[in-house]
Amino acid sequence: MARWGTRRFDIRVQPGFGTIALFTFALLYLPIVTLVVYAFNGSDSLSSWGGFSLRWFADAARNGAVQDAALRSFIVAVLAAGIATVAATMAAIATTRTAPYRGLGFKYAFINQPLMVPEIVTAVALLIVFSRVKVWTGYSGLGYLVLAHTAFCIPFAYLPIRARLEGMDSSLERAAADLYATPWMAFRRVTLPLLRPGIIAGFMLAFVISLDDVVITEFVKSGGQDTLPTYMLGQIRRAVTPEINAIATAFLALSVLLVTVFFFINRRKA
Amino acid sequence: MPEPSGPEDKRVAIEARGIVKEFGEGPSALRALDDVSISIRENEFFTLLGPSGCGKTTLLRMIAGFEYPTEGAILLHGEDIAGLPPFKRPVNTVFQSYALFPHLTVEENVAFGLEMLGRSKAEITSRVAAMLKLVRMEELAKRRTDQISGGQAQRVALARALAPGPKVLLLDEPLSALDYKLRKEMQIELKRMQHETGITFVFVTHDQEEALTMSDRIAIMSKGRVLQIGSPWDIYDKPADRFVADFIGETNFLTASVLGIENGLARVRLKSGAEIVATIAEGLTPRDEATLVVRPEHARAVASGGQVSGAVENVVYFGTDTHIHVRLDAGDIFMVRQQNRRTQSCGFEVGDRVGIEIASDAAQVLRD
Repeated sequence: MARWGTRRFDIRVQPGFGTIALFTFALLYLPIVTLVVYAFNGSDSLSSWGGFSLRWFADAARNGAVQDAALRSFIVAVLAAGIATVAATMAAIATTRTAPYRGLGFKYAFINQPLMVPEIVTAVALLIVFSRVKVWTGYSGLGYLVLAHTAFCIPFAYLPIRARLEGMDSSLERAAADLYATPWMAFRRVTLPLLRPGIIAGFMLAFVISLDDVVITEFVKSGGQDTLPTYMLGQIRRAVTPEINAIATAFLALSVLLVTVFFFINRRKA
Repeated sequence: MPEPSGPEDKRVAIEARGIVKEFGEGPSALRALDDVSISIRENEFFTLLGPSGCGKTTLLRMIAGFEYPTEGAILLHGEDIAGLPPFKRPVNTVFQSYALFPHLTVEENVAFGLEMLGRSKAEITSRVAAMLKLVRMEELAKRRTDQISGGQAQRVALARALAPGPKVLLLDEPLSALDYKLRKEMQIELKRMQHETGITFVFVTHDQEEALTMSDRIAIMSKGRVLQIGSPWDIYDKPADRFVADFIGETNFLTASVLGIENGLARVRLKSGAEIVATIAEGLTPRDEATLVVRPEHARAVASGGQVSGAVENVVYFGTDTHIHVRLDAGDIFMVRQQNRRTQSCGFEVGDRVGIEIASDAAQVLRD
């Protein structure tokens, strides 16, 4: 009876569901599968198959520009995600561990601004401001990229941390205070350990978002400061070789690895 | 039982003086506590009893330090603590939701307060062991708190709050999440622990039965005010006003006219015309019209005679006793509780005419 009942309202048996699902999956995965397959292409062509080979991976690994860009991407992402996570944690605590007050909703919106303002607008704005600052200070290092990435990473780190905090019984923190924990000790011994999965999720998300960014990076970077995505963009503008496929495939593998690691950490903790 | 010693003979653990608490500001402010003054003695099991929203939990949270009074002072052993944050007050709380730390084991939970106080490892170990023994949870010391039952969580919460040796233990409806049988067991356990530790317990509940069975003294609260403070016996047998009489136990109210007052007793005439003598609630000067309270067990249904009479409307069998609901000739319902005997029923059926005999010391004049 129950089985029949659930079947009756199951979306999976609605007409057209299978077709639409199949089409969607094809659209999502076919291009990626093609890209990955051609990364192992032995020929110079992007379209004709010349046998299995790892030569493009070897080429990419030996390419100094790729190495530099990958390292730069990694440094920027680690720093930006790290700083953003700390800021987001503080923001999340400040906006959830308080009695609601007038203007709190505005603060949420304010923190999440990068999710709402078109990226290109932020990019142009940063370009204008940073070019002035560069002239005034003479500094043109990676700091600008880290700063810009930190800013747009904050909402991505903020959302899972805040969700975790809201799901956490606030009487736990009261219990800690009741048991003689100063606010700092209550945070360290109770809030932080319970918040850890949220913080890790926030960091991972921010890391991936930073790693992936093209638009803002393209506008903010100084000469010779390509990250992996902007390097790939530059390469495609010139000549497209399967080396790009190889880099993209490696990038994809890294992302999948990160998500998998995150999934297991989260499952063990929860 | 009335206590042999007056309040001045015992040392006061906690005193609330003229506490006012308002939430919000201006004309829309909500007055949660309205000039509340209570003094709780050392080693006392003191209960704050009242319906939800009466302010009892707010008062408890104020003693713990989670709320600050708008006006008034809270004294712990004579020292004003109203301005101290919770982590500087030598009081501990058993929370309604227990609030056990889910990332710590049972024994780590119990050790938390001692660690925060910076006690030595050896002291913590022995104290935690003693506390777990007190609440009979030694065997589950290494368990995670999500691997124990509600009753066990309750015990751990108690052990955790008692471990630092607080001067006062605050309990915020700690038994409300337990089922009936477990609740009864824990009531006895709590009394035992209070006796063994000698700590002052301040207990918040809306369950009058729980309050009566456990407390040394009870404060009845309603709408942010304290209506009466006294022993369970005082509260039950000498309720000060209508709300208290109605809230505690089952009650019959009768209107009567006061004929005269002699030696602190009122001579009153009931609507039926019968004249009886009633005690007077403390501090009350009865007017011409008065409300009398008579507990159901202090009256008897009789076939003939009695001070009032009516027709049986309902007979409810409860195992140990039977409740007979009588529609009085004056129109009100009067309920009589009669102990059952093994071999015969109460003897009355719906529709029977009965008299009600009110015991000679049963009636009391109330403040309305």
